[in-house]
Amino acid sequence: MFGYTLRRLLGIVPVLLILLTVSFFVVRLAPGGPFAAARALPARTRAELKRLYGLDRPLGVQYLDYLDALAHGNLGPSYSMRDDTVAQLIGAGLPVSATLGAAALALGVALGVALGVGAALNPGAVLDRLLTLFAALTLALPSFVTGPLLALAFGLWLHWLPVAGWRPDAPRYLILPAVTLALPLAASLARLMRASLLEVLQASYVRTARARGLGRARVLWHHALRPALVPVVGYLGPAATYLVTGSLVVETVFELPGTGRYLVQGAIDRDYTLVMGMVLVYGLLTLLANLAADLAHAWLDPRVRHEPL
Amino acid sequence: MSRSERRRRGGLALAAALLAVLVLLSLIGPRASPYSYSALDWRHLAVPPGLAGQHWLGTDSLGRDLYVRTLYGLRLSLVIGVLASAVSVLIGVAWGAAAGWVGGRLDAWMMRVVDVLYALPYLFIVLILAALFGRGNLAVLLLGIGAVGWLTLARVVRAQTLSLKRREFIEAARATGLSGAQVLWRHVLPNLAGTVVVYATLLVPQMIVYESFLSFLGLGVEPPRASLGSLINAGARQMLSAPWLLLVPATVLILLLLAFNLLGDGLRDVLDPTGR
Repeated sequence: MFGYTLRRLLGIVPVLLILLTVSFFVVRLAPGGPFAAARALPARTRAELKRLYGLDRPLGVQYLDYLDALAHGNLGPSYSMRDDTVAQLIGAGLPVSATLGAAALALGVALGVALGVGAALNPGAVLDRLLTLFAALTLALPSFVTGPLLALAFGLWLHWLPVAGWRPDAPRYLILPAVTLALPLAASLARLMRASLLEVLQASYVRTARARGLGRARVLWHHALRPALVPVVGYLGPAATYLVTGSLVVETVFELPGTGRYLVQGAIDRDYTLVMGMVLVYGLLTLLANLAADLAHAWLDPRVRHEPL
Repeated sequence: MSRSERRRRGGLALAAALLAVLVLLSLIGPRASPYSYSALDWRHLAVPPGLAGQHWLGTDSLGRDLYVRTLYGLRLSLVIGVLASAVSVLIGVAWGAAAGWVGGRLDAWMMRVVDVLYALPYLFIVLILAALFGRGNLAVLLLGIGAVGWLTLARVVRAQTLSLKRREFIEAARATGLSGAQVLWRHVLPNLAGTVVVYATLLVPQMIVYESFLSFLGLGVEPPRASLGSLINAGARQMLSAPWLLLVPATVLILLLLAFNLLGDGLRDVLDPTGR
């Protein structure tokens, strides 16, 4: 298990390096540059700014400089918000994004597993049919539609929850964004959980356990649930990728001060270092989350960890 | 015909009918209205749905007709969805068939690439690309979102190719003296058609969502043109004063996605019963 973890952890490094390299050159290939958007600067000022940030040097040198700074933990200055460094910007937004992601993940997993188990225990019953309907609807409701609709219903019409915004000490502001982000996740997980538990309940060892006189709840809890969770855990990798992408939409819809807005705005402003910082943080986040999901998968299912890479 | 079978066919027919209605509406619907998608009507600003000035579904704050704009956006979303899916299908089939057919180290390497790409927040990269190069540039938009959708298809096509490769009729085709490329083209690819059609149908709604997502963030089509995503975005900004601007395009998008997903699921049951 240790060897497996180490190999997978090392495998992240080249992927991240390729990702960073490609984004570094692609971002600089785009027409326009930093300091072009806000207001017309005198040519001398712009040349001076470029020199200050090292943007007048050859591209290869800039690349090596960036990697060198990165290796020392320095993400560089932001070109568009010049009072802050990229690290400060990300550091200010990340707690909000992380809170949202964690809340949505917890809600999605809890709701998904509960719904899936409930549906699998009584296939064809009301809960099962509701799940089918719920899954079909969520597929047709991307979060940029659910978000505004939920805000309209619960915020503007019913006045139960705030429409948008964020206050760190008021969890009410988190509810609608987290629900919006969690719904598709819950639907996918519930479908997976249902299918996998149905299959496990057919297995002979479950029948044996029942034949030995164990109650349904006991068999479910001690024998069926763990193997049934294997595909669900395997899905947590893609789920993490979904959460990272989805949080961007949800942060936009509910105007949360997370990191999501920096990606699009940074790319539009040609704020090279900010975009790179975002690629690094979100790339690392998804790769690590995928790795964590795979490790949990390997822990639950020993066959996985002995596969050659 | 069993009960579940009948119900399945019913769902398929319903989805196909819904889709046909939506496609027809997007094509000929705008002609029923005297307005064009970009015409400004200063006498009817932000009117709610009704009969005022023949704006049946109301207007936005610039007096543009929501009925025409929604159908126009529907048409654009459909076109982009179908074309982007075609891009995905081309890449996915080529990649998967090559990996499965050649096998060995090439196969291992190609599938490793797919695994790695799976773990990346790919839409993020498309977002960056769209923000850098393609604001309002439909070709970049198409290629960008088309390049997102091929991964699953590549996996499925590879698995199918691998299993087809071992079948007797392929061996027989080989024995008649056809070259590898000929066997692949004439015997393997046609046998993949069913699976590919099912996945392509399921890809279209995904692509429509991606396009709407980019347009929602202001990176897709530029005004005065509209897609369902940009209309929803505009509607969400003024949902207190004019909720119909959000509700109308949102409803159309939901119906469209429902129709495609139901159609894809139904086709999968008919053409590819093992795929469940």
